[in-house]
Amino acid sequence: MRIPCPHCGTRDRREFYYYGADDYLRRPAADAAPAAWDAYLHLRDNPAGRLRDLWYHEPCGSWIAVDRDTVSHDIHGAVAVADLGGGRT
Amino acid sequence: MRYSGMRILAEGLTGNRGWGPAWRTPEPRPAYDIVIIGGGGHGLSTAYYLARNHGLKNIAVLEKGYLGSGNIGRNTTIVRANYFLPGNSEFYSHSLKLWEGLERELNYNVMHSQRGLINLFHSDGQRDAFARRGNAMINQGDDAILLDRDGVRAMLPYLDFEQTRFPIYGGLYHPRGGTARHDAVAWGYARGADRLGVDLIQNCEVTGIDIAGGRVTGVQTTRGAIRAGKVGIVVAGRSGQVAAMAGLRLPVESHILQAFVTEGLKPAIDHVISFGMGHFYISQSDKGGLVFGGDLDFYASYASRGNLPMVEHVMEAGMTLMPMIGRAKVLRSWGGIMDMTPDGSPIIDRTPVDGLFIDCGWNYGGFKAVPASGWCMAHLMATGTPHEVARRFRLDRFATGHILDEEGTGSQHNLH
Repeated sequence: MRIPCPHCGTRDRREFYYYGADDYLRRPAADAAPAAWDAYLHLRDNPAGRLRDLWYHEPCGSWIAVDRDTVSHDIHGAVAVADLGGGRT
Repeated sequence: MRYSGMRILAEGLTGNRGWGPAWRTPEPRPAYDIVIIGGGGHGLSTAYYLARNHGLKNIAVLEKGYLGSGNIGRNTTIVRANYFLPGNSEFYSHSLKLWEGLERELNYNVMHSQRGLINLFHSDGQRDAFARRGNAMINQGDDAILLDRDGVRAMLPYLDFEQTRFPIYGGLYHPRGGTARHDAVAWGYARGADRLGVDLIQNCEVTGIDIAGGRVTGVQTTRGAIRAGKVGIVVAGRSGQVAAMAGLRLPVESHILQAFVTEGLKPAIDHVISFGMGHFYISQSDKGGLVFGGDLDFYASYASRGNLPMVEHVMEAGMTLMPMIGRAKVLRSWGGIMDMTPDGSPIIDRTPVDGLFIDCGWNYGGFKAVPASGWCMAHLMATGTPHEVARRFRLDRFATGHILDEEGTGSQHNLH
């Protein structure tokens, strides 16, 4: 599997660390109810098909959000998490 | 038909004309008291124990493919009870005891072989942790022997004791650990359940779960609607999709775990060996193939096949540990879809929908759990209360903080 880094181009999967589904970008407000934090940290749609998930590209030190098919391993594109606001509210 | 040595002899003398199918192929009925979604190891054992332990009759198992077509046929067949945490320890201990009587119980040869499991350690700290684990196993009533380097060398002389990256300090030996014939476990439970009146319905994919007034009323399938008083979801890697039919999101992410088998060789590896530092474990099947694997590929996947970096990593780890296998030819590799929970422990619990139960989150350790998982899921579905040895496998434990983090790495999706 090769993953397109928005900064470095398509690179070997071994250059990347996996973090998980992009739920981690939707951090609840600090005073949100515990259920919102449980959902953010633990509950997942876990789709068989298209998923946007987060990878860390070690050589350039950037987090990227990859649009990926979990059944075929096809990759439909990737964007830098920084360009999405980085998940900060 | 009861299987026995006499039966084999009698059939052999009469042209083997008396063997019949091991289970019926019934048409689905319009309604059942209990429907189990998933005809794999856990689903079939759940159905078996519902009938066997609780005397329930009107049960169906719905399988989208053929019986045993999922992870029960894609694992590396290891059976062990070397867990440490209260909650896990008593559960896997119970499971191992069920394994030890399984062939008699099912009248089926599952080729359970207690050849012993050795977990290697490579530092003083790891030895201390394994000594503690061994004590926990002994306290649970199971067996564990702490081997020093010479003890390991006496049992496994072919390991590379000269390598410097992960020098072998010793191993934790679990004599009652071993392997079993994985398909036979599914077939044995299927035959046993069928003989107790359970309908095993293959090629029947569940496409919807019917809920009225917060209570489950049945399922929609590719072979029509089926009403049900209670429904159990026992679908391993596909738990997310099936639970979504009931409007649930689970603390589960499905990952790929690869495994490998070589050509058949003469007996060389007598035990199950695990080399945790290198992410490698191996045993030799009764057919002679070396069966081995490593760690997850570490990304969400339903592909049932992995990528080459992990293949390379597993081969490297194997060569580090036992260079003697370098000439063996790998015949096949494959992947299983692992239903990974944040803390690496399973779930056997009610759901927020009345009458709907779930058994999932087996991570990379579901095979050895098949007997106890079915036993406890059946207990939960029949009585409405969790079985004593599975009471900590709660669906809400991540919200409440009662996590079961056996590995000690944390409770987050990218950690196990």
